[in-house]
Amino acid sequence: MVSIHNIVKQYAGYRALDDVSIEIEKGKIFGLLGPNGAGKTSLIRIINQITAPDSGEILIDGTKLNQSHIEKIGYLPEERGLYKKMEIGEQILYLARLKGLSRDEARRRAKYWFQKLEIESWWNKKIEELSKGMQQKAQFVATVIHEPTILILDEPFSGFDPVNAEIIKNEILELNKNGATIIFSTHRMESVEELCDSIALLNLGHKILNGKVKTIKSTYRNNTYLLEYAGEILNFDANAPFTILAQNTIDDYQQMKLKINDNCTVNDVLHFMLPLALLNKLEEIIPTMNDIFIKAVSK
Amino acid sequence: MNKILLIIQREYLSRVKKKSFLVITFLVPVLFIAMYSAIIYLAVNPDVLGDKKKIQVIDESGWFANQLKSSATMQFTYDTTKYAVVKSNFLKSDYDYFLYIPASLTGIQLYGEKKPSTNITQKIEETLSNVAQTHRLADAHIDSTILANAQKSISIEAMQLTQKGDKNAHVGAAFGVGMICAFLIYMALLLYGVQVMRGVLEEKVSRIVEVIISSVKPMQLMMGKIIGVGLVGLTQFVLWIVLSICLTTLAGTYFIKNNSKAITEKTTEISKATPVNAATTAAISQNNKTENKIMDEIKSIPVVYTVTCFLFYFLFGFLLYSAVFAAVGSAVDSETETQQFMMPITLPLIFTITLSQTVIVNNPDSSLSFWLSMIPFTSPIAMMIRIQYGVPDWQLALSMLLLVLGFVFTCWAAARIYRVGILMYGKKVSYKELAKWFMYKE
Repeated sequence: MVSIHNIVKQYAGYRALDDVSIEIEKGKIFGLLGPNGAGKTSLIRIINQITAPDSGEILIDGTKLNQSHIEKIGYLPEERGLYKKMEIGEQILYLARLKGLSRDEARRRAKYWFQKLEIESWWNKKIEELSKGMQQKAQFVATVIHEPTILILDEPFSGFDPVNAEIIKNEILELNKNGATIIFSTHRMESVEELCDSIALLNLGHKILNGKVKTIKSTYRNNTYLLEYAGEILNFDANAPFTILAQNTIDDYQQMKLKINDNCTVNDVLHFMLPLALLNKLEEIIPTMNDIFIKAVSK
Repeated sequence: MNKILLIIQREYLSRVKKKSFLVITFLVPVLFIAMYSAIIYLAVNPDVLGDKKKIQVIDESGWFANQLKSSATMQFTYDTTKYAVVKSNFLKSDYDYFLYIPASLTGIQLYGEKKPSTNITQKIEETLSNVAQTHRLADAHIDSTILANAQKSISIEAMQLTQKGDKNAHVGAAFGVGMICAFLIYMALLLYGVQVMRGVLEEKVSRIVEVIISSVKPMQLMMGKIIGVGLVGLTQFVLWIVLSICLTTLAGTYFIKNNSKAITEKTTEISKATPVNAATTAAISQNNKTENKIMDEIKSIPVVYTVTCFLFYFLFGFLLYSAVFAAVGSAVDSETETQQFMMPITLPLIFTITLSQTVIVNNPDSSLSFWLSMIPFTSPIAMMIRIQYGVPDWQLALSMLLLVLGFVFTCWAAARIYRVGILMYGKKVSYKELAKWFMYKE
């Protein structure tokens, strides 16, 4: 459990984080969202103890953030980087040992991960000789090699091709299944819907939305439905229990986006429509995280 | 602490393992020695690459018959033809020059199609003067040995009177060793300082720095790098010192072995050249004395004291400067941007090394020399010159203490800029900006 309480971080010209409080449940996948400059990286750097907040505190499993937590956190920064002239295997060992692993343990685990990601033949290559995808994999190994209980991934899928992105995604899910808390930082909403249990949305240093993905989505539901029927375009009188937002024809079907009037239900819509047309489909339009994101940010 | 050791290890090994380290450590000194040997050799034997010049001699005085010896560079041919005839035929002949010595010995001329080189003119002048001198002395009934005695040059031996009695001060060695040490420190501070700066910049540009400082504190990373590079420098210097001590010892035994041989050789050479000029003999034995004196001076250097001081001032001078270099590396985004900050760093170094060659060497106890050897940014160079002439222990201790304190302070200040700088991208950095970073809280 990561508890972030009233964090304030002030830079010379602006306030990067203004009284931000977030609770991240243990063993869950958490999405930290926001447009560029929202304060995501500032918050992540504070959790990683790269910088310190001006006020507020962070508790991990109830204890105040301290040096001993460094070994429990794995961090994949948005801007990836490794020593260009250093051999990849040596480099992973070095980073692992900086996280407190012994040389032998680091070597054993590095071999395991290199095999798992099928990059073991690259052990003695220098980073500058590798493709971008290979570098990303190596960087991922460096992030997880010390078996962190908290994994902070800043835009983890950027730079991966679809195949490798899938591989990395599955690895992340497996780590999560084995008990690791995952914190995603991203501005790409589609990955959030799929993976995250809860999210927090930051904008200009403020937390503007926080909660379980399902709950947030349902609060952003606004009674809009998609109705599909066969036949001619119908004209409705004022008695209809809905208002039409959009209408178009697809092949032999008519499609209608409608908003159900207050005090009416889906049943009322069906009741009204049944004598008029041959119904094909009626489904609720649930807002995507992207819609919510844009809506929340522009609010 | 363990993590700092890891960083030091990486910084050290990644540099020492490189081929360029071996090249610089072993090849560069060899190249330097070879270069200077070649320069000295050519300066002593300037004609080694020139071809043989044919010189026709018309000696109307008759004093110099067969006195001008042909050598590797000059071939003399005596001719009894009249001056005017030779002169008119000269351009058609295959002689390079012709030397005209009139009976009166005034107005001796060397003709050539091209301008005769000063080297040839000098050599001929020297021989003619010597021969003429001997002739004139003989005419005046003066024994040439008396003259040689009268001409003996006087040299002063610089002595030092201390509690332990008097000893030879060996000023020449003091000058040479002082200058070499000062210059080496000057070079090393710049060279290794820039290496630290590059290292910091590399970590920043390749963005690995963020991964590392999520494991260690920025201060640890900076110190690890500085110490790692410092140890590389130290390794290099220790190797160089060992190498040069071996070489001097070897050269020393070689000198002594060859000295006696050289003297006999030179004496026979002279006795062959008739008539014997006593002054020349005296000059040659003087020469041999100088050679002995050089070895003597080298032996007079307090090796352990000098080496200890050198390593101390190199190490702490380096630590001091490289902290500043690290701060600069962290503040900028590329090497071209470092220029504006390099100037104020190198200024005190250039200032001191320039003053070293003049003011400090000439007056090692002046108050300017004293202060330069106390200020941490100038003391590594200034003190290396001064200690060769003897520095009171309290001054040495104070200078060292100030240097260490200076290092601690600079490091603290540099770290405050470093921790902000390494995470700052795409910002045009000014001194005002640096001051702002310095003031940031943790």
